[in-house]
Amino acid sequence: MHQPPITTHEAPSTKDEAPSTKHADGSPMHAEGRTEIVIRRTSGWRLVDFGELYRYRDLLWFLTWRNIKVLYAQSIIGIGWAVLQPLFSMLVFTLVFGMFAQMNSDGVPYALFSFCALVPWSYFSNALLDSGNSLVSQADMLSKVYFPRLVLPLSSVLSKLVDLVIALGVLFGLMVIYQRVPSWEIVFLPLLILIMTMTAAGMGMFLTSLAIQYRDIKHAMNFIVQLLMYAAPVVYPTTLVPEWLQPYYALNPMVGVIEGFRAALLGSREMPWMWIATGGLTSILIFVIGLFQFRKQERVFADVA
Amino acid sequence: MSPIITVSNLSKVYRIGKQADRADSFVGMLQESLTAPFRNWRKMRQPTESGIEPEDDVHWALRDVSFEVKEGEVLGIIGRNGAGKSTLLKILSRITEPTSGAVRIRGRVSSLLEVGTGFHPELSGRENIYLNGTILGMMKREIDKKFDEIVNFSGVGKFLDTPTKRYSSGMKVRLAFAVAAHLEPEVLIIDEVLAVGDAEFQKKCLGKIEDVAHEGRSVIFVTHDMTALSKLTQNCIVLENGQVALISDTASSIAKYSSIDKRALAASYEGKLLTRHPGIPKLRKVEFRSLKFVNIAHFEESQPNEIVFDAELISHDDSKNLRISFTIFRSDGTPVGSGFSKPFGGLSNGQHSTVRVSIKNCNLAPGFYYFGVGLGVGDYKTSTYDFDAVTSVLYFEIEPEECVGGGVSTWHSSWGPLILREVHASMHREVVSE
Repeated sequence: MHQPPITTHEAPSTKDEAPSTKHADGSPMHAEGRTEIVIRRTSGWRLVDFGELYRYRDLLWFLTWRNIKVLYAQSIIGIGWAVLQPLFSMLVFTLVFGMFAQMNSDGVPYALFSFCALVPWSYFSNALLDSGNSLVSQADMLSKVYFPRLVLPLSSVLSKLVDLVIALGVLFGLMVIYQRVPSWEIVFLPLLILIMTMTAAGMGMFLTSLAIQYRDIKHAMNFIVQLLMYAAPVVYPTTLVPEWLQPYYALNPMVGVIEGFRAALLGSREMPWMWIATGGLTSILIFVIGLFQFRKQERVFADVA
Repeated sequence: MSPIITVSNLSKVYRIGKQADRADSFVGMLQESLTAPFRNWRKMRQPTESGIEPEDDVHWALRDVSFEVKEGEVLGIIGRNGAGKSTLLKILSRITEPTSGAVRIRGRVSSLLEVGTGFHPELSGRENIYLNGTILGMMKREIDKKFDEIVNFSGVGKFLDTPTKRYSSGMKVRLAFAVAAHLEPEVLIIDEVLAVGDAEFQKKCLGKIEDVAHEGRSVIFVTHDMTALSKLTQNCIVLENGQVALISDTASSIAKYSSIDKRALAASYEGKLLTRHPGIPKLRKVEFRSLKFVNIAHFEESQPNEIVFDAELISHDDSKNLRISFTIFRSDGTPVGSGFSKPFGGLSNGQHSTVRVSIKNCNLAPGFYYFGVGLGVGDYKTSTYDFDAVTSVLYFEIEPEECVGGGVSTWHSSWGPLILREVHASMHREVVSE
């Protein structure tokens, strides 16, 4: 170090060898057998990387939990909002459709009839809207860090299940008031919820993957959800739909789900297995299409966000 | 030894919309607004598609970039804004896909392009540690194991259960970096995150990055802080307009970067772009508004070596007996020497003024240098106090002079940064022994 300049005049010759010796005694080669990631341009449809999704399961859980916690932070009623929304809709519907329009409600008090549909419908519409906005509302994350993007819409759909459970509790309370006993078919409720969740997730994935690029989707979504409510038997019973139309009508997964809820909880009708099967198949189709569309669009998220 | 990252012929093309023809009539405007949706639709359909557009409709953020990173290597990436650094990091972190070319990475990658991604203001520090950790790719049990370590490193232990919206920005950064620092990837990618936080914490961060490298993991590191770069990295890549301008050892890379940035170097350093020396308070009695070379930023070795710069000052209070002090650093961050000016007067509140500083006979050897400049009172013979001090400004180059027989003179960096001129040697009367 402290040698006078004259001795380092020979430096150039020794310097040339320096790099090669440095590599020779480098750190041990323990990198073999590691997984190799190749980053290159991909095109077309892609399958879901389930292994990766599984590795990020804790992230899915924390995001879901964050959605729940953050939604009701700094609000006085807190989680009570999950109840108020369907409850007030029920009051309005009971007044308008039940009392003024004298809507047929399969022999069930109209309040109960509509609330029994509003519980699953509120879940479906909220889950759809929330997952549909999930990418846009968290766009800053997309351009800063890599993680399987699917966890964003999926966590939205999952976090809304908490609202559903609370609303179900209120529904049970109403049933006690009206002295209705659920039928044994209540055991199929999880199946109905699954169909509903898959539909919301599928549509949510589809819409959010487009919404990140075309903000028009965001404006359209509220409107679509509103219209969709009339395509499902929320304020009216399916029996009002012409018989020849009913098989097509049941392609809407929410038809089987809502009528299934009524059958299982109110016993107002038999379990509509045909509609549930039709709707179930559609929901699988919607889910798969949503998944593939999302995966296809995924590669441009960071560029368009 | 085989590299842990191999980047080959990487390119990334962004489409940029051509300036739409402006309508000049009401009918034209109407027509345009009617066709706009179709045009936008076409334009937006595939933003990363390439190959069919005319050349002026696309922007090559990266073009044919190839390099390798070895295990345990800390690689710096430097370049001006828009040189493609961020795009490169985004591709390496799998946030966006390249248009062509490929990257092969053997091992787990974690990237830190931003401090605190996904932090939610309503959540407590504890909750954000878990959320941010899982976003960065950790599992819950990994975080459980390192939780205490993370909290200690961040130094926000007392406020762990306070919502982070009540944190100061410094605390947020510390907490976020603490989470990221405890990742255990084989490759760590860091973008300019050290620009935030106080001096002590920055030191801690740099230390952590060094540790990571010592453990045999690789780090890719983007920064404008040449001092940090020369401390941490052995090799650097200089990017220029999306292309690799140089891959070499850090000192040469910084030199190359400085030469690319000639215009920027000769330009004035002003306002927000000035990096304050750590420890200088936000509210300053008098401060630098800009610094600028009066003669060009390239000086020849043989010149009388007069370096002249103007410092524009603005005063927010009355002050007197101000002086300018400075330290000249070599491009690798080693200080070369310092100087103090004589007091040049004072300023009253609201005044601004320009001070010309000239340095004669500094005898610097060829190479790249930069300044740290202070504004205060007192010098090394008394006590000193600085109202303002900026670092990493006024980059300049001393160019080698021409040799006697043509070509350029050589000065080895191991000889040090100063040429000691006026060296005389005379032979004493010879004592002949017999």
